[in-house]
Amino acid sequence: MAERRIAFEAARLGLLGFFGLVVLAPYIWMVAASMKPLDELFRASLSLWPERFHAIENYGRVFAEVPVFHYLWNGLVVCGGILVFQLMFAVPAGYALAKLRFPGREWVFGAVMLGLLVPPHVPALPLYIAFSKAGILNTYAALILPATISVFAIFLFRQFFRALPDELVHAARLDGMSEAGIVWRVVLPNAWPAATAFAIFSVVAHWNDLFWPLIVIEGPARATPALGVLYFRSDEAGDDFAVLMAAAVIMTLPLVLAFLFAQRRFVEGIATTGLK
Amino acid sequence: MSDAALPRAATSRAPVGEALAGLMLTLPAGIAYLVLLLLPTLAAVTLAFTDYELGMPALNWIGLDNFREMLSDRGFAIALRNTVIYVGTVTPLSIGLGLGAALLIEAGTRGRAFFRAVFFLPVVSLTVAMAAAWQYLLHPTIGPLNALLRQVGVTDPPFWLSSSDTVLLSLAAIGVWESLGYNMVLFLAGLSAIPRELYAAAEVDGARSAFDRFRLVTWPLLGPTTLFVVTITLIRSVRVFDTVAVLTQGGPNKASEVLLYTMYREGFTYLRLGYSAAITLVFLAIVLALVWLQTKAMDRKIHYG
Repeated sequence: MAERRIAFEAARLGLLGFFGLVVLAPYIWMVAASMKPLDELFRASLSLWPERFHAIENYGRVFAEVPVFHYLWNGLVVCGGILVFQLMFAVPAGYALAKLRFPGREWVFGAVMLGLLVPPHVPALPLYIAFSKAGILNTYAALILPATISVFAIFLFRQFFRALPDELVHAARLDGMSEAGIVWRVVLPNAWPAATAFAIFSVVAHWNDLFWPLIVIEGPARATPALGVLYFRSDEAGDDFAVLMAAAVIMTLPLVLAFLFAQRRFVEGIATTGLK
Repeated sequence: MSDAALPRAATSRAPVGEALAGLMLTLPAGIAYLVLLLLPTLAAVTLAFTDYELGMPALNWIGLDNFREMLSDRGFAIALRNTVIYVGTVTPLSIGLGLGAALLIEAGTRGRAFFRAVFFLPVVSLTVAMAAAWQYLLHPTIGPLNALLRQVGVTDPPFWLSSSDTVLLSLAAIGVWESLGYNMVLFLAGLSAIPRELYAAAEVDGARSAFDRFRLVTWPLLGPTTLFVVTITLIRSVRVFDTVAVLTQGGPNKASEVLLYTMYREGFTYLRLGYSAAITLVFLAIVLALVWLQTKAMDRKIHYG
């Protein structure tokens, strides 16, 4: 029996190890290539370790030619801005839908359910026309605005707030708190798991998004990390894969590091938001 | 997922203060919803029946002409076909591998957090940057994959992203790689919700092999999760855009033209916004059909519980 268990565990780890290696292959080769000189890449050898260590030159060129920190800063501003507005809109609405009786509540909830069905690509065209007429293309506002309303966030917070005990709200009311005060100082602090889960979901989605930035942004001034890689890929790097891989490593690193530090939260966040 | 029905509260008898607070708290979201979601969506529907191009002074109603053009547009037909092939490849593979990874991780105690992190890593990696990494990996001449293939004796390995025969397959492989970790996490959540006693009970009832226990307990109880994962994977893969925009721009020779990329190019490169809106409507119709199918399947599932 014990032998069978060991055999099973070995097979399990072997399979996981094999598929894990396949999943990691792009990362491994990306990092390896980013440390090699170009002529070594062109020889297409299968050795991972560089014969001539060229990392300083490759990474140096990326930092010299690409405004890396500027792109990362833009990404931070955009994701942060989106998240703040999403919470400002969705948390009060979610609370009202979960705990308050008011005329038209069914309609509001119906609108939320309807909104869940519409992918963000559908309103994109008219929003682009409107933003172009308003002269706000190429601004942070253009990047942030369309994502500020998240019906998904409203839905998620409503579900979570419904599970909070009514006594919590009643006690706060008896203490003379306003409804707005209850939302931010009583309900939200008790809904921290839902808020973190949503925050992770939102940041991952918008940090990686290419579709909308590609539409409203031109040039490096307001480019997000995704656009930055795209520009570098087509303009400067050309066929210099070594330097391109160095740029890819630098741009991938921030979110991956955040994930490795807060792994459990990330996985739980995506699972809760995914399964509603 | 099922408690969508609101408690039957008599909204008309709600205290005035509470009603006012409710309205005030939903107002900001309501305005944003109206301006940034509802009106633009309705505008997109309207645009689909016009020949609007950026800079035109007025809307020119052309009825169903855009949709008629679509029927005879070879590029659109190819995009639709490619999208179906892509979705049809990515969905079963990423779900099968995601479920496999989840079952293997759940089956033992060693390395759980480690492997969960490994498979999940692509979900949090910058898609555009990783697309560049894939481009190097799959490069016909200097890519490690073909170097490996040549080493084991394949004399002329495929050109992957640069050949119209293999480009869609290559993009689908990247798509599977991207989404299997996401599906794995959803399956892990579903698995952890299955009560342990059921396995013991099944064993008492004669389900001796691991496969029997999977067939009798895991698979039926995972049903709702699986259905949800199928729908969400379908919807996510219909949206394929990033890898195409970065790696192939629909080429070579339209072989990787997909729905959203065609919509993007018609709208934002050729500035034919009316036609682009019509393609958007087809995309929306596909998404709605998928959600409708899920709801149908859900209704049937609920009865045997």
